[in-house]
Amino acid sequence: MPTDGVNKKRRRFLVATTSAVGAVGAGFAAVPFIKSWNPSAKAQAVGAPVQVSLHGLKPGQIMKVQWRGQTIGVLRRSRETLDLLPEVDAELRDPQSLESEQPPFAQNEARSLNSEYLVVNMHCTHLGCVPQLIPQVGPQPFQEDWKGGFFCPCHKSKFDMAGRVYKGVPAPANLRIPPYSFLDNQTLVIGVNPEGAV
Amino acid sequence: MAKPASNLAKSGNALMNWIDQRLPVTAFWNATMTGYFAPKNFNFWYYMGVLSLVILVMQILSGIFLTMHYKPSAVEAFASVEYIMRDVEWGWLIRYMHSTGASFFFIVIYLHMFRSFLYGSHRAPRELVWIFGMMIYLALMAEAFMGYVLPWGQMSYWGAQVIINLFGAIPTIGEPLTEWIRGDYFISDATLNRFFALHVIALPLAILGLVLMHLVALRENGSNNPDGIEIKANKDENGIPLDGIPFHPYYTIKDLFGISMFLLVFAFVIFFWPEAGGLFLEHDNFVPADPLVTPTHIKPVWYFTPYYAILKAVPDKLMGVILMFAAVGILFFLPWLDRSPVKSIRYKGAWYKVMLGLFAIAFVRLGMLGMSEGTPEQTIEMRVWTFVYFSFFILLFFLSPRASTKPLPERVTH
Repeated sequence: MPTDGVNKKRRRFLVATTSAVGAVGAGFAAVPFIKSWNPSAKAQAVGAPVQVSLHGLKPGQIMKVQWRGQTIGVLRRSRETLDLLPEVDAELRDPQSLESEQPPFAQNEARSLNSEYLVVNMHCTHLGCVPQLIPQVGPQPFQEDWKGGFFCPCHKSKFDMAGRVYKGVPAPANLRIPPYSFLDNQTLVIGVNPEGAV
Repeated sequence: MAKPASNLAKSGNALMNWIDQRLPVTAFWNATMTGYFAPKNFNFWYYMGVLSLVILVMQILSGIFLTMHYKPSAVEAFASVEYIMRDVEWGWLIRYMHSTGASFFFIVIYLHMFRSFLYGSHRAPRELVWIFGMMIYLALMAEAFMGYVLPWGQMSYWGAQVIINLFGAIPTIGEPLTEWIRGDYFISDATLNRFFALHVIALPLAILGLVLMHLVALRENGSNNPDGIEIKANKDENGIPLDGIPFHPYYTIKDLFGISMFLLVFAFVIFFWPEAGGLFLEHDNFVPADPLVTPTHIKPVWYFTPYYAILKAVPDKLMGVILMFAAVGILFFLPWLDRSPVKSIRYKGAWYKVMLGLFAIAFVRLGMLGMSEGTPEQTIEMRVWTFVYFSFFILLFFLSPRASTKPLPERVTH
């Protein structure tokens, strides 16, 4: 390539500007492909509230329903279970639910609107497995003085009967509480907060 | 009969000339095969490279035929795999070739990588061979993970759930990132469909390209050998290494023998032990995916369990994820962490034998613990071996320039 009489400064400028414009163009061209991976309009639309009938749910029983693809557990707790909750406070990472995700009405000891029913997003806050409910009080392979709660089979995270996370497990926060409200005594709506509730 | 033969040879030469003027076939063959001199002291460990190539070809072939029957949708995927296993003629064989082949791929790759730890094959001037190799390893892990999701069994589903949520541990961008990867708010049809596309097109293409780079970089400097000395230091008057032999026919014949032995073992496992008692295909994956129920004992396939154990050993989400990725990432730096004046374990002295032995035990033990239920005692053991795993690299960096070595031989030994 003959280099006589070449204005090197101009050549460098042209190479740089052409490269820059090309790179910006490539960046813009990449946007549609990257965005195509986002949840589609169809996926976004499937998010309607779910009605759940509480008929036949006995104390100590849990019922699982799907809401927005998430597994939501509805656990009916007995008086004794609720009385045991404060006893484990010292072993919990966030007993007051200060750094956990829940509607304001559930930021309490029982983490619920009506303390009898725990409505909880069952996915472990660690990596999203669904923990098992182990309501029995007594020694378990993973803990001697178990007061009942949830145990995640994936990475051994532990939660109490209000979905509050224990210390020293991989899960960083309490189980999430979804927005919900009661239509009447026996009907729960998941996905809608009670009007006026703060 | 001599005359037609020579005529044939003549016309053959003419054809070859015609081609060579348009496509440098002979020049390429000479440069990479007959005129490429490899050290004459290769041992068992040097089969692994060609075996991984053989498996790559088998995976691509069996994979192509599986896509002809498989349906990448959440509703149909599980049934279509069972359809391949039961109703498609020889479908079971093709599927088992592919699923068992994946595990054999990792067995061979791990041995291939361990060869480097033994003989220092990653050391200068072969750092890029190692880097490309590591990139293949990463791509292979992604390929294997996404392949495991496709049958849409319980382990597919919950494995995907856990692995994708690993990215959720990244501060601020974590949650949107997992949504972007899944294409939905949970593992769904959209996730399966894109994993299929990546598994059958994007990643195989990337792997093929990386394998090409791996081989080009290897041919540039030639293979290392068990003595870790350069055979190009001793050449005859024609410039041919005294300790080198032409790759073809010497190593092509040796490799054919190795391939035959490998295929015998591979065929035996496919026919009599294709799931390896739940090791290659886990029992829970014969249950269709159920988003409402996590299997009681969830674990990845065996080739991921060493890293999984590291994740489980750390009682903090972000730190666990960081340490797990660091366990893979640190391997990239191996060529620069080993600063010993000699490459091969043969001349490194006892300190390296002890360290490498412990490292190998740590990797295997972590793999076993990663599959376990995870009692508190096992968690403690996982932490110990995680410590050993990382200590290997740190000690290597500080010890290798100082530690004792034995004198290197002039020529390769037998």
